[in-house]
Amino acid sequence: MAEELPKPEELIQIQHHSPKTDWISTPTNIRKGMYCYASNPKSVEYVGLPNAREWNPMEEDWKLPENWQEIIHQGFKERLERFRSFKVFMDICVRCGACADKCHYFIGTGDPKNMPVLRAELLRSVYRNDFTRAGRILGKLNGARPMSLDVLKEWWYYLFQCSECRRCSVFCPYGIDTAEITIMGRELLNLIGLNIDWIATPVANCYRTGNHLGIQPHAFIDMLDFFVDDIEEVTGVRVEPQFNKKGADILFITPSGDVFADPGTYTCMGYMMLFHYLQEKYGFDITWSTYASEGGNFGFFTSHETMKRLNSKMYAEAKRLGVKWILGGECGHMWRVINQYMDTMNGPADFLEEPVSPITGTKFENAKSTKMVHITEFTADLIKHGKLDLDPSRNDHLKVTYHDSCNTSRGMGIFDEPRYVIQNVCNHFYEMPANTIRENTFCCGSGAGLNAGEDMELRLTGGLPRANAVKYVHEKHGVNMLACICAIDRAALPPLMDYWVPEVNVTGVHELVANALNLAGQNDRTIDLRHEDLPGIEGESEEEADE
Amino acid sequence: MNARYMVSLVTVIVLFLIAWAGTALGLQVLFGIIIPYAALLLFIVGFIYRVMNWSRSAVPFRIPTTGGQHKSLPWFTHAQFDCPATKWQVVVRMALEILTFRSLFRNTRMKLKEGGRLSYQLEIFLWVGALAFHYAFLAVLIRHLRFFTEPVPFFVQLIENIDSFFRVEIIYPVFKFGIPGVFVSGIVLLLAVAYLFLRRIFTPQVRYISLASDYFPLFLIFGIALTGILMRYITKIDVTSAKALTMGLVTFRPTIPEGVGTIFYIHLFFVSVLLAYFPFSKLMHLGGIFLSPTRNLTTDTRTKRHVNPWNYPVPVHTYEEYEDEFRDKMIEVGLPVEKMPEPEPVKEDAPAKDETPAEEEEKE
Amino acid sequence: MSEKKLIILGLIIFVVIVTFPLWYNRGKAAPAPERILTDKAKAAKVCVRSTDYMKAEHMQLLDLWRDSVVRQGTRIYVSPSGKEYNMSLSNRCLDCHSNKAEFCDRCHNYASVRPYCWDCHIDNPKETS
Repeated sequence: MAEELPKPEELIQIQHHSPKTDWISTPTNIRKGMYCYASNPKSVEYVGLPNAREWNPMEEDWKLPENWQEIIHQGFKERLERFRSFKVFMDICVRCGACADKCHYFIGTGDPKNMPVLRAELLRSVYRNDFTRAGRILGKLNGARPMSLDVLKEWWYYLFQCSECRRCSVFCPYGIDTAEITIMGRELLNLIGLNIDWIATPVANCYRTGNHLGIQPHAFIDMLDFFVDDIEEVTGVRVEPQFNKKGADILFITPSGDVFADPGTYTCMGYMMLFHYLQEKYGFDITWSTYASEGGNFGFFTSHETMKRLNSKMYAEAKRLGVKWILGGECGHMWRVINQYMDTMNGPADFLEEPVSPITGTKFENAKSTKMVHITEFTADLIKHGKLDLDPSRNDHLKVTYHDSCNTSRGMGIFDEPRYVIQNVCNHFYEMPANTIRENTFCCGSGAGLNAGEDMELRLTGGLPRANAVKYVHEKHGVNMLACICAIDRAALPPLMDYWVPEVNVTGVHELVANALNLAGQNDRTIDLRHEDLPGIEGESEEEADE
Repeated sequence: MNARYMVSLVTVIVLFLIAWAGTALGLQVLFGIIIPYAALLLFIVGFIYRVMNWSRSAVPFRIPTTGGQHKSLPWFTHAQFDCPATKWQVVVRMALEILTFRSLFRNTRMKLKEGGRLSYQLEIFLWVGALAFHYAFLAVLIRHLRFFTEPVPFFVQLIENIDSFFRVEIIYPVFKFGIPGVFVSGIVLLLAVAYLFLRRIFTPQVRYISLASDYFPLFLIFGIALTGILMRYITKIDVTSAKALTMGLVTFRPTIPEGVGTIFYIHLFFVSVLLAYFPFSKLMHLGGIFLSPTRNLTTDTRTKRHVNPWNYPVPVHTYEEYEDEFRDKMIEVGLPVEKMPEPEPVKEDAPAKDETPAEEEEKE
Repeated sequence: MSEKKLIILGLIIFVVIVTFPLWYNRGKAAPAPERILTDKAKAAKVCVRSTDYMKAEHMQLLDLWRDSVVRQGTRIYVSPSGKEYNMSLSNRCLDCHSNKAEFCDRCHNYASVRPYCWDCHIDNPKETS
């Protein structure tokens, strides 16, 4: 893969010119590096989704069911009735073009069909033909076209070049949300078995083992045990996480990516250290679950139904264990789902209590019904009440900037909590330019199930706007650490940084917290969670570490 | 490429010719009475139908775009209008959206500069153009109530007075303009429509996405504004006769007075076409903005439960099924289980249990 | 209020606004005011220009007259028919049309126009009410 990638100097030569032919007559060229492999039939079958079979997008025959057009038409119709968002967004776009250059994929690729408005028009053109009389009469002139195999392939190609980040919806005068259109489009594609494997297999894994990597319970425990050893090595303190504990106060759910891949693992250790600190000092009683060991929900990228099926584990496990409420780790789309869907889909969670921090007594009024609190809300509250013993100087070698993850930004509105936490555990914090953060934040380029290896060019071009803003603060302030609260970010941003701004590393917020956190009975803390020497305390570190 | 706006332009020209020929053929009753009534009826019924049609679709999830800090812990400043938590805050958000086009105000333009640096500058012209267009249109509409009310209500006169604040008079025997007093709104409308059209033609991205149905209303409205301005300042018509006709319409005593020029019928026909076209077009964004689920819902989604009217049960992978599959492994690492396997006699059950682990290999 | 009711309320407001002219006038007939001529005007038979021209364009003619008299000092207007007139609102126009309230104001009110002629020409001695 890697050797085929163009160099950054080549990839930055983006042409934002539209082709001579109008978009309806411009054929789609499915290009290597820009698409993800087709779903593995076994994964599709495992969760009982339709048309499981081997297929390859580069081949002519996609092995579709015979009546696929009918299925799409019927599915379209159903969704127009079920989702007002879909119907209204099909009808009211005036094509003002305000969204056009807001999409990171358009900015990075220059492909006009990556303009949010055109991505939506791909579906709208069929909608006009199938569901409006005027559209059918005026035809192509008015952007209407009948469904065909070429149109379907175009849908597939471009709907899997949208990371559902909602940036366009911030700028749309009618709030038209391309994420919503992509979600519907992908639901339709799934009706005839056109998913990508990076989504389909995590879905099947998550359904079966509780986490998207398919880690079975014993292996999951092994992983966390390994972290326990690691933490002991770094801090001299042995933490004792609890698993599947009935009657615990709180259930903790975080994306499983943090259990498996660097640098998310350090964030995971961060949680464990924080919980240990609270347990020792305040008798905090929190349990992990192996059954609900995944916060992330790749079902969200498949269909509403799949999302609900995967999400159901959270409440089910909370109920089984008899906890009071649920604490959620740092994750992007996990929190979009929790914040805007979970209670509606799988609630009401009347078997849980309204969340109250057992340490500060703070009532989390804003999570009254869902009964699920975001860990940065929880930690910010601890810091505010002075409950943590922090030494931010251990993060002094870091110049940190913060990347707002799209889902927690535009699907939740959590902006100040992570910043508050970072600024309390780090002494050097710099914001990226205003047009690239908070509600204007740019996606990592790999969201919504697109963080596979085979579509690296898409990811690097889509991530360009984010990388470009990081580069700006890197050059201006010497920023060397990019913090985020999303597991996909932690998986996707490191290669993006390596490519565009190699001097910048990626971290979760709770890794920073843990590095600053003083544990009772700790050693000199001369290294951080990454086993890197902390500058300034180096002298004794050699001997200490050797012992 | 050009076909999209050429077709729209030709359509409007054909409409012009139809009205012109119709008037010449003495079809005043058709163009002055029947078509306007039909158009109004179509507009109202069509509008209601479209909105009711939208309202019949469910709002299964609360999916507002959160454009600012949510309401959480008390020491974080809640962005009340970008992330509204209460109904009233939503009302303010919607009002800002509808009355000031707030989202459009955020518009930026991306530029890829030398050395590969991306910049996003404030791009305010679309916002200014859109605002100018809509408010000018509104002022023009209100002003036109002078033709549809008797006596003319005070607010119409008020708008007229404000609108004619600037007095421009160019009076030569050969060219006269500005008597009666110039209404700024009409001129602004014409210029704004021209701007909106020109950006569709000259901004490559916008040209690429524009359809015939994007150009058509612009040409039509341009035609309406132009004929209106011509009638008022250049090729004068007898205003009292014109009002006699319009008052006849709204008091359900339709008449065709003498001396109303052809241009009036063209103007009226254009307006009728716009009204009739409205419900079947993107112009329905007027109604749609009110129903946009990313704007008109509260963001307190974790505080109050939203009910999905079609929520149906789905197959789930229960804990029991999970434990059944992984029980031995769980016990091995000391995880608590709900059901301890019975010590010895279970062996006969083993084959049955094997079926599930068979799938294990698939996953890795 | 349920969402459905809100939508219906919104639609009702929409219809009320759109149909404003229909209910505001309560169907009361409002034909154009009749042109009332004084005896003198009737006797004169023709105005400085044709009736149709005067209906549509009298305001511009008056403005031309004003410019001509005030700025150029020219007081003689030659009509297309070759007849000469003294350019004066008070002494020429209102000489025949001395019934301002009937002849001028009724139509101006009907069309909701407020010409500024009367800002100066208010104490016209010839006017009879």
